[in-house]
Amino acid sequence: MSDSDSAIVSFDNVGLRYGTDSEVLRDISFTLYPGSFYFLTGASGAGKTSLLKLLYLAQRPSRGAIRMFGTDVITLPRGRLPEFRRRLGVVFQDFRLVPHLSAFDNVALPLRVSGVDEADVAKPVADMLDWVGLSHRHEARPATLSGGEQQRVAIARAVIGRPDLLVADEPTGNVDPEMALKLLRLFEALNRLGTTVVVATHDVHLLKKVPESLIMRLDKGRLADPTGVLRYPPRAGRGAEGGGA
Amino acid sequence: MSARPGLNRALRRGFAPFGGERAARLVPHARLAGPMPWVIAIMVALTVIAAAGGLALQNMADNARAELAGGATVQVLEALEQERERQAEAVEQVLSADPDVATYRRVPEAELEALLEPWLGVGATDSAVPVPALIDVRLRGVADLAAVERLQARLAEAAPGARVDAQSSWLGPVFGVIAALQWLAIALVALLALTSATAVWLAARSALGSNRNTIEIIHLLGGTDGQIARIFQRSIAQDALLGGIAGLAIGLAGMVVLARQFRQLGSGMVAGGGLAPVDWIVLGAIPLAGVVIATITARVTVLAALRKML
Ligand SMILES: Nc1ncnc2c1ncn2[C@@H]1O[C@H](COP(=O)(O)OP(=O)(O)OP(=O)(O)O)[C@@H](O)[C@H]1O
Ligand SMILES: [Mg+2]
Repeated sequence: MSDSDSAIVSFDNVGLRYGTDSEVLRDISFTLYPGSFYFLTGASGAGKTSLLKLLYLAQRPSRGAIRMFGTDVITLPRGRLPEFRRRLGVVFQDFRLVPHLSAFDNVALPLRVSGVDEADVAKPVADMLDWVGLSHRHEARPATLSGGEQQRVAIARAVIGRPDLLVADEPTGNVDPEMALKLLRLFEALNRLGTTVVVATHDVHLLKKVPESLIMRLDKGRLADPTGVLRYPPRAGRGAEGGGA
Repeated sequence: MSARPGLNRALRRGFAPFGGERAARLVPHARLAGPMPWVIAIMVALTVIAAAGGLALQNMADNARAELAGGATVQVLEALEQERERQAEAVEQVLSADPDVATYRRVPEAELEALLEPWLGVGATDSAVPVPALIDVRLRGVADLAAVERLQARLAEAAPGARVDAQSSWLGPVFGVIAALQWLAIALVALLALTSATAVWLAARSALGSNRNTIEIIHLLGGTDGQIARIFQRSIAQDALLGGIAGLAIGLAGMVVLARQFRQLGSGMVAGGGLAPVDWIVLGAIPLAGVVIATITARVTVLAALRKML
């Protein structure tokens, strides 16, 4: 148990089915450790987004146990979930920007939801928009932004609150390789500040760009390594659950 | 309806308890869809008019009833003028001795003449047509059937030509009409209230439906049910308030016009149909009730939608 206590997230034998269909995720067990950088790969339809939905508490698993920040989130009463969600940063595959709000206000959303004083909102948001190269578009509404620009707003919104766990679903799917790299650097910077990062992608080139990253591979709803041990590249003291090798 | 400043204000209000005025610029103003504020305005206007009508009728009936409660009329029906005069005086004597009678007044010939002139023509009372002598009586108690019969019995000997009527008895049918109109007003108010509530309910639901995505996003970013409900209930309450105030204004304008028409009737009875201060409070509460319904609807609807999410 000491393992999952120091873990930021642990899945134990998790399964997920939508409605009465067959399971899209099966026997998922893994552990995420604080400060690590994970890639989640797999073919389209392998279940990456489904797994991330469990991670960002948008979905309950059909079976299995999930612990997060040392707490069993499956049995947690609904009313306590917001405090857990506020410790997460999420880049949704479909961005999910609020259409009526400007880029600035979209990025400010997590801060305002968690009640950050308004005086402490403007500067971080402006800095973040600057980071993703959108300061000149801060007044723009999502509909008037390009796909890549929307994605960058979504990323800025996910990282603005310095989350404990960042979950990003194909965060570089709509940007050119140069911007992709830049965004990856942003995640790395956040990672160095202590945030655990999980990036789902099927862009294999991306994996090599973060040498310290660990890789989870989903294949038809199962983690490729049945023990769920993540060890790529193998590094002492990081992400290893011992076992497996 | 699409004013952006309103939107931003709503955002600020929405999250005000969570980090100051400007912290609330979170969610678009969940505007009631299209014509809904106007539908609400019309509903409120009709409700106000119907309620005002009902209350005015109530007051009118109350006033008339109070005024007429102790009122009775003694007519001396006697063809011969001298005999009529004698009997009328006899009646007055009996009345002056009767402890149940508060006051009485012989209606002067001139007044009677004026009263009858439109029907009988000038000078008619002088000659051909015998006109009864009229004595207005105000009893100490209620002029109910028993009291009238008692008075009739007392007068029978001294003035066989005297006939006593309670004033309310010949107004009986009028009271019947008033009562029927009042029930109609009550039924109208009930129906309109129901329809208004439904309109507000549907409007709130459609406003929330079109903002479902936003609700879900804020939910996933860690917004609590209470926070999210507050945003929507406030902006919908604001729209309902706008519609309600417009409706109240329209309704009051309608009432003023109606009241003027009634006043031109010049009847003392209609004059008793004004509104008391408490009635005005009731009318003013109608749009507020709309706001309350809208707020509760928005809250219930948002919370129900949220409960379906994890
Ligand atoms: N809401 C849903 N209801 C029913 N089935 C779903 C739902 N969401 C996903 N699925 C199914 O679950 C499987 C996994 O989907 P998921 O979105 O997790 O894949 P993915 O790995 O993210 O794919 P991609 O790389 O294309 O984004 C797919 O077969 C998909 O059709
Ligand atoms: Mg996906």
